[in-house]
Amino acid sequence: MTPSAESRAVPRSLLRRVFTTDHHAIGLGYLALAFVAVVAGTLMSLVMRVHLVWPDRLIPLHGPVTPEEYLALVTLHGTLMLFFVLTTAPQSGFGNLILPSQIGAREMAFPVLNALGLWTTVAALIVLLASSFVEGGAAISGWTAYPPLSAIASAGPGQGLGLDLWLASIAIFGVGSLFGAVNTLATIVAKRCDGMTWERMPLTVWAWFTAALLSLIAFSVLLAALMLLFCDRHAGTSFFLPTGDLVNGTLHTGGNGSPLLWLHLFWFFGHPEVYIAILPGMGLTSMILANFARRRVFAYRTMIVTTLLIGLLGILVWGHHMFVAGLNPFVGSAFAISTMAIALPSAAKVISWLATVWRSRPSYPTPMLFALGFVSLFVAGGLTGPILAQPILDQYLHNTYFVVAHFHLIMAMAGIFGLYAATYYWFPILTRTASMPNGRLLSETLGKWHFWTTFLGAYATFLPMHIAGLAGEPRHYAQFIGIPNAAAQHLIDGAMGMQRHITYSAIFLISAQMLFVVNLLVSWRRGELAGENPWEATTSEWHRPASNEWIAVYRAPCIYIQHSGNESGGEVFLPQWVPERKPE
Amino acid sequence: MPATITPLDTDRTRRRNPEDGDHGGGKRPPTDKRTGGGGDGDNWNDRPQGRRGPRERLDRYRLGIFFALAGDLMFFVAIVSCFFVTQSSGHFDANARYINEWLPTVIPPILWLNTAVIVVSSITMEIGRRRMFREIDVMEEWLGLGNPTTKSAMPWIAVTAILGVLFLVGQWVAWRQLHLQHVFMASNPSSHFFFLITGIHGAHLVLGVAALIAALAGLYLSRSIATRQIIVDCAAWYWHSMGVFWLFLFSLLTCFQ
Repeated sequence: MTPSAESRAVPRSLLRRVFTTDHHAIGLGYLALAFVAVVAGTLMSLVMRVHLVWPDRLIPLHGPVTPEEYLALVTLHGTLMLFFVLTTAPQSGFGNLILPSQIGAREMAFPVLNALGLWTTVAALIVLLASSFVEGGAAISGWTAYPPLSAIASAGPGQGLGLDLWLASIAIFGVGSLFGAVNTLATIVAKRCDGMTWERMPLTVWAWFTAALLSLIAFSVLLAALMLLFCDRHAGTSFFLPTGDLVNGTLHTGGNGSPLLWLHLFWFFGHPEVYIAILPGMGLTSMILANFARRRVFAYRTMIVTTLLIGLLGILVWGHHMFVAGLNPFVGSAFAISTMAIALPSAAKVISWLATVWRSRPSYPTPMLFALGFVSLFVAGGLTGPILAQPILDQYLHNTYFVVAHFHLIMAMAGIFGLYAATYYWFPILTRTASMPNGRLLSETLGKWHFWTTFLGAYATFLPMHIAGLAGEPRHYAQFIGIPNAAAQHLIDGAMGMQRHITYSAIFLISAQMLFVVNLLVSWRRGELAGENPWEATTSEWHRPASNEWIAVYRAPCIYIQHSGNESGGEVFLPQWVPERKPE
Repeated sequence: MPATITPLDTDRTRRRNPEDGDHGGGKRPPTDKRTGGGGDGDNWNDRPQGRRGPRERLDRYRLGIFFALAGDLMFFVAIVSCFFVTQSSGHFDANARYINEWLPTVIPPILWLNTAVIVVSSITMEIGRRRMFREIDVMEEWLGLGNPTTKSAMPWIAVTAILGVLFLVGQWVAWRQLHLQHVFMASNPSSHFFFLITGIHGAHLVLGVAALIAALAGLYLSRSIATRQIIVDCAAWYWHSMGVFWLFLFSLLTCFQ
């Protein structure tokens, strides 16, 4: 039997309610998990920014930040944001909440597996956060955990139990993501309602489909890599350990492995991972722009193809993360070409977004603003992609703030703008209950303030990092000033003004998010009640079929009819689920 | 009023407005016949989704297990590519001599026997799986004549599980033989991979044996023939895949060291 809105109203025991197999509750669970992770990760970035410009400042309840602690913060910030926010929220959170109804299904294909995926991910988050409380603290080798330092427990304070827990956490997370990916793929292939042909699927569904395929390929390889690293640490093997390495005063002669092998395996996972994070945002942006511009998505089929093409090329470009790691220069050229090839489908997406809104008269509610912000940040962050794809330019820029600026604009900021667009757009579905079937809206006034302050803060924080990077300021450094007996201090002193500006901007950006938190808390309880289809959308997540209704879809999304003659009434849009065109 | 009203077929047929085009040219048929149903001219597709007959749920679970196995294949592909990379890489010592420490691990002969066992187990599993779908048995079951599918499939699945355990014991014996020759996981790059590959494949087979035992239990616990078919079918596809994976891994260990 498929649980529906009616059966959800039946009171159940608390245990059943917590370990539910209902996709709506599981989706909310994922979003709650991502919210915890994003709050923790953001506070960590705040501590890092403050420490960079005021290294002597004591952190409340903690004291001074040591270099090891700074590296542990870098590791946890990256791991939390990449895995537990940008992978979890768009793909698993909104995927579970919205995907079934967008394809006209009442449930995901495997509800129990779905619930298992959520609780596996929760376990992974608990293990990761616990790792900062063990002896030596959390791992300090970054979210990429490069060997040999990650393969040797004596390499640093967090590299013992802390890194073991990090490995365990990511392995558990990977298994949970595989559960989710299998579920998503089977749902999209097998549970589409009548009439939902592949070409009629909303672009969000195509994005979730592609991202799930990428998850399946990438996380499997990551699990293999984690297992090899675990063997290197505990079973006496040397897959990644080179011979004759001097680590922390000890000479390691046993190995015959290659750290580069880990880089290959890790980035084979790591690059698709960034597309898993951004593809759902791209799909949603297409749909939101078309909806509020009242236009069809420009070149719909091409957008489907570019989604798949970005996914395909995304698994062929991992080497561009390794240009300065000792890669064969000829291999570097091949990866440079495949990386620049990704600019083509990405540019096609941008052209489609611009062409969709071009000379339309859009309305600008908050979700539309965030979708336009997504386009802006995607272009701004994407333009530096082809620059970093050149091996010769990357030699100079790779270990500077330029790369930090690039991936924070295109992945972190564009990704979070996609998430905000999704939250503002789908909030009525998030807050849907049995007694209040239409849900509530977030406040538009607070939302507009939130958008403009966040937009300003994002650019003010991350654009100057390009300049800092071009000036040669290195990333991953715990401290620029206040180092006793530093040799070339004058080189850094000139750049500290810019760093202080970045920190002030980051504080502004983080404070602006309070508007969102307030909006969320207030609107969850007292927000304006939404209508049945508040944005006059055409996709069928806004359709609430009765439990015995035969769900079907009759046309592609984003079809609008111009009215002829009467300005006052008549349908101006045609939802996918409405069988007949109303007589005009 | 009857309890259920079945709409006429003409009511279900959707009239399609020719002006309702899809995007990007190319008029599409109004329904996609591939979303469910059994094919062969049956009319399951005319029914609402979720009520398209016994094959619909089976197809969904098969899809799930195939996607999961595709991911698992990538897991093994990653390890095999590491095998080749490590095999062909060395390092320079202090005297600038190129040293490749790879010493091929000699395969214990019992692995040939194990390979034969897993091939036979795949055959018995396939016989058991097909017994679950024999039309005459399913028909008898629907008519209420006992549990003929369970009776005819159970011995084959049990034999498969026993052969699976035998294979695992054989792999353990191979490990013991290598240990007696002082070949351990940490000995050499080649032995890293020998123990790693046999070990993770063994772990997969432990899961497979657990799935077979679950299928055996399910044969007696579940009354729905569709559910019993699904658990046996999924366990069988998993088992076959592990057999094929082993054939590839075994040829890797014997011929490509």
